[in-house]
Amino acid sequence: MTATTPEAGPAGKPAGRTGLSPRQKQRIGRWIQYAIFLLIVVLVAVFADWGKIHEHFLDGDAARETVPDIFRALGNTVIYTVLAYALGIVVGLVIALMRLSSVGPYRWFGLVFIEIFRGLPALLILILVAFGLPIAFPAFSDPPGGIYTQIALGLGLVGAAYMAETIRAGIQAVPKGQMEAARSLGMSYGRAMLTIVIPQAFRIVIPPLTNELVLLFKDSSLVFVLGVTSSQVELTKFGEQVAVRLADVTPIMVAGTAYLIITIPLGYLVRRLEARQAKAR
Amino acid sequence: MSVVTHMVEIRGLRKSFGPVEVLKGIDLSVQRGQVICIIGPSGSGKSTLLRCVNLLEEPTAGTIVVDGVELTHPDVDINAARRRLGMVFQQFNLFSHLKVLENLTIAQRRVLKRSKAEAERIARENLAKVGLEGKADSYPSQLSGGQQQRVAIARALSMDPSLMLFDEPTSALDPELVGDVLTVMRQLAQEGMTMLVVTHEMAFARDVADHVVFMDGGVIVEQGPPDQVIGDPQHERTQRFLRRVLDPTHVDVGDARG
Repeated sequence: MTATTPEAGPAGKPAGRTGLSPRQKQRIGRWIQYAIFLLIVVLVAVFADWGKIHEHFLDGDAARETVPDIFRALGNTVIYTVLAYALGIVVGLVIALMRLSSVGPYRWFGLVFIEIFRGLPALLILILVAFGLPIAFPAFSDPPGGIYTQIALGLGLVGAAYMAETIRAGIQAVPKGQMEAARSLGMSYGRAMLTIVIPQAFRIVIPPLTNELVLLFKDSSLVFVLGVTSSQVELTKFGEQVAVRLADVTPIMVAGTAYLIITIPLGYLVRRLEARQAKAR
Repeated sequence: MSVVTHMVEIRGLRKSFGPVEVLKGIDLSVQRGQVICIIGPSGSGKSTLLRCVNLLEEPTAGTIVVDGVELTHPDVDINAARRRLGMVFQQFNLFSHLKVLENLTIAQRRVLKRSKAEAERIARENLAKVGLEGKADSYPSQLSGGQQQRVAIARALSMDPSLMLFDEPTSALDPELVGDVLTVMRQLAQEGMTMLVVTHEMAFARDVADHVVFMDGGVIVEQGPPDQVIGDPQHERTQRFLRRVLDPTHVDVGDARG
């Protein structure tokens, strides 16, 4: 027990076999990562056929031929998305309330609905709506609203299953005291739910619900299985049709850009909403 | 109809949560215009008793008659009955998505079907009464805890209740904000409001209450005028509780209850 103070130095084990400090090791590791990344970029660049890419991916003429009609396809995509989303959010809310009901059969129905429509691929549901429903319900061989009804059902029910779980979580995140305060002011359970709890729940789940809108927007590309006419065609099918006709990939690139024009601002919006909510907490 | 003598008449009230019996037979009468303070250690069942009075908790047994209406009757219209009972919570429970004025008007309009103009007039009167007429357009989150609790009192008063229930109204407040809320409650008592107050504020109970009820272990241990229950408690459990509350730094650790 000598009273001498040892010289101050870095904590931890002394430099080992390599003689490198942790900071040096970290720096070397970083450079190795950069080198691997650069190598991959170089390999991709070397093996790509730049001439063909320029010719078939970024063909000005093909793009010009694609652009005028793409707005109708984009419009259709938006319409299909909005229809499915509207149905999805209404059904989703009902299913969410069923899941929270004190009535057993309601809870079970809600659970079964969610498990089925969340567990099956959207494409399969659309095929069922298109070819199964008309057999089971003859009225559906020529449903009112035609393809719009089919799309709203096929995509909307899948969206509803996801949104039901989101909305349920939102309702449960509203403090219990809100319901108690509303009830103690003489409101019925339904009135309190409608005017006090659900508005607050939706504020909580706006970001995930906006995300669901983006997902539905992309899933609308699946409606091709319904056999749409040329005036009903949506972005992906449209891009593919033009691409086949011109034997060129550029129309697909244009269609892709059209998706991003919608999804990137929506993604930005979600981040804004999330940031605002984080601040409000 | 029988002549209503008591504002609240509780007989043989029992409440169990699963196997745990929280209220073990409570009898309590509140006369019109009376202020009753319920005191007691935490877990004594005093909040549960209060919440049973407006049926936020459903009693397991017993009867509760408020203003001539038997709340425990199976065919009671509980929404109608609750309109006459104002409730103030420990955690304020203001509607956070609504402005202060809307907090005060929404139940008036949806439940009492008052016109917008009338509801707002009554809301502003009650905001003025709690000294917050300037905060009508604020959101609850922009107010201090004391201000939020006063808004909550104004919200309950806007429904013209004949009985006000307070569930530890100052327990969630910073000490320097407690006074504002108690002042509003004292003023309400002086105006003749019938009040049932669960509280830890012994000074308030002593000054304002007409009647103090001490509860412990799900039963009423002792009740009477504040000078008697707080000033000269007879029961040993009451004495021990008051000693711990009024002089917390001089309690022997071995003096723990139970």
